[in-house]
Amino acid sequence: MAALINVPSKAKRGDIIEIRTLTSHIMETGFRHTADGKLVPRNIITSFICRYNGAEVFRADLFPAIAANPYLSFFTVAKESGKFEFEWIGDNGYSSTASASITVE
Amino acid sequence: MISWRAIAAATLLAAAAPVLLAGEIPPDARRSGYAFMGADTRAMQDDDTSNPGMLFVLDGEALWAKKIGSADKACADCHGDAQSSMKGVAARYPAFDKALGRPVTLDQRIILCRANHQQATPLPYESRDLLALSAFIAHQSRGTPITAGDDPQAKPFVEQGRVLYMQRAGQLNLACTNCHDDNFDKRLAGAPITQAQPTGYPLYRLEWQTLGSLERRLRSCMSGVRAQAYDYGSPELVALELYLMSRAHGLPMETPAVRP
Ligand code: HEC
Ligand code: HEC
Repeated sequence: MAALINVPSKAKRGDIIEIRTLTSHIMETGFRHTADGKLVPRNIITSFICRYNGAEVFRADLFPAIAANPYLSFFTVAKESGKFEFEWIGDNGYSSTASASITVE
Repeated sequence: MISWRAIAAATLLAAAAPVLLAGEIPPDARRSGYAFMGADTRAMQDDDTSNPGMLFVLDGEALWAKKIGSADKACADCHGDAQSSMKGVAARYPAFDKALGRPVTLDQRIILCRANHQQATPLPYESRDLLALSAFIAHQSRGTPITAGDDPQAKPFVEQGRVLYMQRAGQLNLACTNCHDDNFDKRLAGAPITQAQPTGYPLYRLEWQTLGSLERRLRSCMSGVRAQAYDYGSPELVALELYLMSRAHGLPMETPAVRP
């Protein structure tokens, strides 16, 4: 699924940097009914993980009350040049990934 | 006595604003819905990495390059790089189609290309792929001033749209003009009433939690006054769209906008 990632391309060692992620997902709550009364099954992202050169730096659990196309923003410390990897996991075996690189001077 | 007063009032109005029709917003007072929003919603629209509409633009970019249909052709095979070939296109839609003898919306143009040039299955109105393609195309016009309706052949349809816009409808018996010309800057329940400028479509509406077309927006205003909404793609909706675009003449396109 399409994702939009905002990671600074450059930072100084020790800087606190903001990371913003936005991904496509309907986040169907599982509480809604169709016009003829059938329950629309739940279909949400349940967790999000961010790894920085392989080490987990941020994790979030998501719930039905979170809006469609979840937007998450968080902070971390720029330690070394390398790669941020993002992973979204959800109902029905849903999984989606994205990555972004950073140069730390 | 009463009729004399009415005539006097009418002359006063005419003297104050000679070129405008009653209720119309003067060109320099026209403002996009963006100007009516709170700081948070504006910030969401302004930053391409937090504007959820951009997710659809990305999807549209992928679809643009995908070969489909029995012609096995992608949009890009005929139109090349959308950044140049589609620049400014959305700002002049709905546009008059000579072969059909009537104006077509950008969505209808995409549907026509799918049918005639790709020989692919039709995309339903408001389907994700259609919205993604039209968002991708309209995004290439971001910042371009709107010129739709300038074509002399489109004029009768602009006029048809204007009549519909001025016409009271529904159980609440309200016309578009009653809210969007006479009462903008006021509020309806919690929502600001805007000038109904169609600058940002298709746009991401937080209430919808998805991207939606201008027609979807117009249909919800119609159900809002408890009128029977016109069908997607109906001549009435196309005419209304064309009138709104001509009324927004010169305002810059901002697709994909974000609205509450
Ligand atoms: C085989 C070639 C071909 C393919 C493939 C094709 N088109 Fe077109 N397109 C045309 C032609 C030719 C026109 C001019 C109008 C007409 O004759 O239909 C046009 C017109 C348009 C216009 C209007 C441009 C303007 O300046 O008014 C848009 C928008 C458009 N196409 C979008 C698309 C999209 C989106 C796709 C893919 C889903 C696509 N087209 C696929 C040939 C193609
Ligand atoms: C009872 C008042 C009312 C009437 C009548 C009404 N609208 Fe609206 N309209 C609203 C409100 C309120 C909004 C803003 C809702 C929001 O975005 O939260 C709106 C939004 C819009 C927008 C979206 C503008 C933007 O910035 O995206 C358009 C376009 C529009 N209306 C067109 C129309 C048309 C065309 C008609 C007649 C068929 C109409 N409206 C009738 C109240 C009305």
